[in-house]
Amino acid sequence: MRYVDEYRDESAARRLLAAIARDARHPWTLMEICGGQTHTLLRSGIDRMLPETITLVHGPGCPVCVTPLEQIDRAIAIARRPGVIFASFGDMLRVPGSATDLLAVKSEGGDVRIVYSPLDAVKLAQRHPDRQVVFFAVGFETTAPANAMAVWQAARLGLANFSVVVSHVLVPPAMAAILGSPHCRVQGFLAAGHVCAVMGYWEYEPIAERYRIPVVVTGFEPLDLLQGIHLAVRALEQGRHGVENQYARAVTRDGNRPAQDLVARVLEVCDRKWRGIGPIPASGLRLREEYAAFDAERRFEVSGLEAEESPLCIAGEILQGLRKPHQCSAFGRQCTPERPLGAPMVSAEGACSAYYRYARSA
Amino acid sequence: MSDEPIADPAFGGSCPLPLSDYPTVQMAHGGGGRLSQQLIEGLLVPAFDNAALAVLHDGAVLDTGGARLAFTTDSYVVRPLFFPGGDIGSLAVHGTVNDLAMCGARPLALSCALILEEGLAMETLARVVTSMRAAAAAAGVPVVTGDTKVVDRGKGDGVYVNTAGIGLVEPGLVIDPRRARPGDAVLLSGSIAEHGAAILSVREGLEFESAIESDSAPLHGLVATLVARLGTDLHVLRDPTRGGVASALNEIALRAGFGVRLEETSIPVIEPVRAVCELLGLDPLYVANEGKLLAIVAREAAETALDALRSHPLGRDAAIVGEVIEDVPGRVTLRSSIGGLRVVDMLSGEQLPRIC
Repeated sequence: MRYVDEYRDESAARRLLAAIARDARHPWTLMEICGGQTHTLLRSGIDRMLPETITLVHGPGCPVCVTPLEQIDRAIAIARRPGVIFASFGDMLRVPGSATDLLAVKSEGGDVRIVYSPLDAVKLAQRHPDRQVVFFAVGFETTAPANAMAVWQAARLGLANFSVVVSHVLVPPAMAAILGSPHCRVQGFLAAGHVCAVMGYWEYEPIAERYRIPVVVTGFEPLDLLQGIHLAVRALEQGRHGVENQYARAVTRDGNRPAQDLVARVLEVCDRKWRGIGPIPASGLRLREEYAAFDAERRFEVSGLEAEESPLCIAGEILQGLRKPHQCSAFGRQCTPERPLGAPMVSAEGACSAYYRYARSA
Repeated sequence: MSDEPIADPAFGGSCPLPLSDYPTVQMAHGGGGRLSQQLIEGLLVPAFDNAALAVLHDGAVLDTGGARLAFTTDSYVVRPLFFPGGDIGSLAVHGTVNDLAMCGARPLALSCALILEEGLAMETLARVVTSMRAAAAAAGVPVVTGDTKVVDRGKGDGVYVNTAGIGLVEPGLVIDPRRARPGDAVLLSGSIAEHGAAILSVREGLEFESAIESDSAPLHGLVATLVARLGTDLHVLRDPTRGGVASALNEIALRAGFGVRLEETSIPVIEPVRAVCELLGLDPLYVANEGKLLAIVAREAAETALDALRSHPLGRDAAIVGEVIEDVPGRVTLRSSIGGLRVVDMLSGEQLPRIC
């Protein structure tokens, strides 16, 4: 298949692995930001093929994983209301709230539906004028334009029965938070290619400058990751910092301006709590006041809920790259994909799920 | 760990306890993955405990004074009722014929039980039954008995179909996961994930335009060809339906007590199916098939098996996709396209489309 097979080629992978092994003369710790990258690393076996000098730690870029518990509880409370159609991306359904998850709400008779696009949720609202359709708008900068577009369209169509639970997060403040931690081990970043396809990479330049660290914008195929790792290693060995773009086939410095404009029109930056990590200033997006009518948390008055995490789950340390999934005492025991204690075990982008699925005693 | 059997040896002959983990039935209990396995091994096997059931194959094989009878049943609840490449009627015939074929049996006869929802259009029912008749005639297996029940409107999805089947197993032929040996070759009869992808393409809310058709087909002819050419070198057969190739091979690896190693680049997947899976974030190894089989055969018979499969119209795209290994017993591992190694776990939960 074009645009896929050429990035999964064995001989090219061997050449890149050899180049990494040749150039990495010192031990280096790199963090890939995005959970999609984590899954590629484990799914293609790159984690076991790299030289011992390279340590990969897995970043917070899994939208399902960092959505705060109380936000999930609020979504569940809304989904349980009679007359509500609750629409969500598939991965969110199995994420545990403090007592249950959205799939369980569905099995209790709640009308919970998987959609592929927030615009499908808008269509649902048009088709069911007698029902309240609520969309769970989660994600990083990647999904923000489509989610903003859904709200913008609903406003234009005058849909009174459409609303969104917004739990949007932003990558650069999380990177700065990780780098600012006294426990930080990260010496170089593989930035998330899809986020940068929307936002460009100019935002990373001040971070790379301030922390004197290489940031390589990296794609999601095995060869993308190997090349991203190689570029980061070369920069580190040569003592360089700054932003490099491995994913030039999709990413420019400026990104997608119309998408950014649409996001800015509908959403605004706010402080946001990250599951497992805690509050990070100016790290999220919320609806602007002029779109407040589409805020499901206001419409259904569920903003008061507070919740506590399982004390066994170390998701916070995992999402900051301080520990690895198999170093958690609950991993594979109390916490499995069937009975997850924390979100990283659920999501198709969660680091714990990647380790559980691809890397147990292979 | 959760993948240990959760059967409680203490409950003996008394009423089996419900599964401890889940107070209610989840969709994943019917998904063909780990929860299905827990339901079967935790509740059903202990409840009905007997030697024929304990094999846990697609059907049971019963010795009846000389003849060996294969016996199986399956229920069909597919939605929508009509999908590209088939419908619930033809699927109900093919699925049960295939379960018999995977025991190495020649299908003799089927039953057909219909659970109908009040208000179902008679024309729809007639289309389903006509399709069943055509599928049964094409497979050469008569439907010899049946039953109908009607449930209140809103209590069913239009129509559910149950079929049971009996067949005859050739003397001396034993198809059983426990016959797999290190060095055996693992073959697939063709490209995977087409049924699941076809159903997805017409599911409400997920519709996408594609030319993908279900692979639903009766496999007993293909199996007869294999049996004729391989005899006892044919060790294991399985049709990778719900849960896909990954879950079927995990079950085999667990029963066999050996590992299975797959070669990612050898696994046939047609381009449109790959594209859909890439786009939706699904792994074709976990997507359902209804007209493909996995065969595990003696190493020295691998090429013969490949020839035999390819000589049949339903096995034209057959491939050798892996081998049984001594290492990592009970697990399936895969050599990725770039030469890395990873585990291929059993499906856990349902495959959920990803966010981005």
